[in-house]
Amino acid sequence: MGRYVARRLLQMIPVFVGATFIIFMMMYALPGDPIAALWGERAPDPAQMAQMKKELGLDLPIMQQYWNYLIGVFQGDFGIQIASRRPVMDVIGDALPATLRLTVLAFVFTAVVGIAMGLIAGLRAGKKTDSSILFVTLLLISVPSFVLGYLVQTYFGVKLGWITPSVQDSENWGELLLPAMVLAALSLAYVARLTRTSVAENRRSDYMRTARAKGLTQRRAVGVHLLRNSMIPVVTFLGVDLGNLMTGAIVTEGIFNVNGIGRAVFRALNTREGSTVVGIVTFMIIVYLVVSLLVDLLYAVLDPRIRYA
Amino acid sequence: MRAATRLSWAIAATTVLALTATSCGGGNGTAGGSAGVVRASWGDPQHPLEPANTNEVQGGKVLDMIFRGLKRYNPETGEAEDEMAESIETTDQQNFTVKIKPGWTFSDGTPVTASSYVDAWNYGAHLENAQIASYFFQFIEGYEDVHPSDENATPSADTMSGLAVVDDHTFTVRLTEPFSLWPETLGYAAYAPLPRAFFDDHDAWLAKPIGNGPYKIDTYTKSQSMKLVKYEDYAGPDKAQNEGVELRVYTDNNTAYTDLQAGNLDVIDDVPASQLSNAEKDLGDRFINQPAGIIQTVSFPLYDPAWSSPEAAKVRQGLSMAIDREEITSKIYFDTRTPATDFTSPVLGDAGGYEEGLCGEFCTFDPERARQLIEEGGGLPGGKVTLSSNVDTGSHRQWMDAACNSINNVLDNTAACTVNPVPTFADFRNQVTNRQMTGMFRTGWQMDYPLIQNFLQPLYYTDASSNDAVYSSPEFDRLVNEANSASDEEEAVAKFRDAERVLVQDMPAIPLWYQNGTAAYSTRVSDVKLNPFSVPVYTDIKVS
Repeated sequence: MGRYVARRLLQMIPVFVGATFIIFMMMYALPGDPIAALWGERAPDPAQMAQMKKELGLDLPIMQQYWNYLIGVFQGDFGIQIASRRPVMDVIGDALPATLRLTVLAFVFTAVVGIAMGLIAGLRAGKKTDSSILFVTLLLISVPSFVLGYLVQTYFGVKLGWITPSVQDSENWGELLLPAMVLAALSLAYVARLTRTSVAENRRSDYMRTARAKGLTQRRAVGVHLLRNSMIPVVTFLGVDLGNLMTGAIVTEGIFNVNGIGRAVFRALNTREGSTVVGIVTFMIIVYLVVSLLVDLLYAVLDPRIRYA
Repeated sequence: MRAATRLSWAIAATTVLALTATSCGGGNGTAGGSAGVVRASWGDPQHPLEPANTNEVQGGKVLDMIFRGLKRYNPETGEAEDEMAESIETTDQQNFTVKIKPGWTFSDGTPVTASSYVDAWNYGAHLENAQIASYFFQFIEGYEDVHPSDENATPSADTMSGLAVVDDHTFTVRLTEPFSLWPETLGYAAYAPLPRAFFDDHDAWLAKPIGNGPYKIDTYTKSQSMKLVKYEDYAGPDKAQNEGVELRVYTDNNTAYTDLQAGNLDVIDDVPASQLSNAEKDLGDRFINQPAGIIQTVSFPLYDPAWSSPEAAKVRQGLSMAIDREEITSKIYFDTRTPATDFTSPVLGDAGGYEEGLCGEFCTFDPERARQLIEEGGGLPGGKVTLSSNVDTGSHRQWMDAACNSINNVLDNTAACTVNPVPTFADFRNQVTNRQMTGMFRTGWQMDYPLIQNFLQPLYYTDASSNDAVYSSPEFDRLVNEANSASDEEEAVAKFRDAERVLVQDMPAIPLWYQNGTAAYSTRVSDVKLNPFSVPVYTDIKVS
């Protein structure tokens, strides 16, 4: 187990370097010069441009720029933004708390409600409850999140006035609840469907018959035996989804005006702030890597037959 | 054991949900806003909030609230009026003596003196300070020493030789050449004075800028919000009529509009395009739609032999007459653009140099005459023309399609004009500044100050900084020079108008439309208006 984890952690290094390299090169390959764009429609000032490039190290060959960037990252320095002159770490630090809150809420919502819905549907497979849950999830999958977002915003925010249409204070968990539900809607539907299929299938398996035969209550048979065995595909999905929820919130963050990572990366892409994009993406890569390691370790917890050497 | 863990998870999760559900009710309390404070939409400023480092409207909004310079543009007429200036005197339009009013203070309590100006201008001009709007100081003698134009040169001086402090309230300015309207440019934020704190602890100043304007910054959370409060010791005449302003960053102006409708926000200064058709119905009088100091044009690559021949001017005029401006501005822009009839902007006013209809028939849609002119000029080069613009912002794609269609209908040839969309703004500007255009391309101009000079000289003077068409006319240059050395404003404006008439004949660019500024406000506030730069005049807003 320990060796397995160590090996996985070591594998992260090439993935990390490779991914940052690709993103760095992609940002560099985009047409247009981010420094010239500072002047907008006006002709840039050549002396000023040369001066700024020198200061930011953008006049160096691209490989050297990447090398400097990598060295910086290992020292905890993610570079500074071109236009605003803020350290990228500050930008990420400002945006991260809101995103984390939103993600945690959305994730909890997805997991709790999704699994509950899936379990109910799976146990009553083919019945009316099942059909209606399938219908609702199909609806959630097919409605794009911006439609849902604007609907919720207009109805609850403007018509009913239950909430403020936008998030006023991203440190207030209550205000983030509705955006989190909108964000979670799609994953929730997937989780419910995955759980349902898994549960419906395992319900008829031998170990369930054994469990019932030895006199276990329905509750214990389902809660301990059935659910645990049905969780493997769901856990895999939830793991990947955690990353998606964090990065994929651009639309939801925009609609509800949450100052988060999605918004920061969108802005940075528009203004071609390479160092910010690479910094945020690097951070997301680390999140994905750690989560996928955790998911793999969870398999062994759920199914003792799986062992890691 | 595991079952227990799972159970505790479930309990924890339910608790979180329950907690959030209860705190949800409390969220509504913040909707009212504090008494007397205007809640307004904002965007993240692109650059640090230094006066000479701001060239976009969001940063400009803040500077307009926390700084006052020598002059201020009257929010209604656009005229430059003395603000901190007691007098600005000259006998030769080149050497100016500036006297400032006593009694002004920065919000940290220090007095505003002549050196506050001279130091600030020297800072703004110096190459090493990397200020985006340095070019504002280019008319001052010694600018070339602190900010050489050559790419690899280093500054040979620390300060500009044209600036000298005489006493606490007087300083002199020497320009490199006569420029009669120069005092009128001084209302721009780049010319603001700076306190000692700016130079002594720059980082602290940037975190919370200090100025001499009607507001001072209370708190500033980057990329989220800024709270400004009334500066009680403000010495100017335009004291704030409210207790303060809370600027909130919105990335999506649709969200800001929704917040305004829900009574959650008081002022927005950019009504989203998708709501324009409803805005008037939704808001009635609370929707503002008025001309801004922005003109949209289409330029021609005069460096391309195909467009530089003398006859090509007729083709350019013909193309101008083939575009149905009325139709496009009403159908695509819902009248938030006004068809252009000269090369300036209505915000200048008649005295300032705007002249409706100066462009005459050449800016009027007339298919018959358009066809005739294009034919006389030898037809389109190669039988067709492209129209290029970036398409990542604005609704450029839509109007380009419409303009091309209009031209094609006039010429009765579906392939005469084609749209060449460039994905990003940065890429598009790169192509323009590298002189790679072969057909028509979009150019727009947002004025720096409401002066006719600013709409003509930087755009059409030989080798001027934003002369994207690479237009060069000795006649135009001569008239501009004459205007700049004219002894009074009226004469200068008349000369500039003459220069503008040269443009109509040569048509290096087609004036399309004047852009309007839009704004909307809630029932909680009144007296909302936009200044010539389309920024709300926050000091005048009253909160009920």
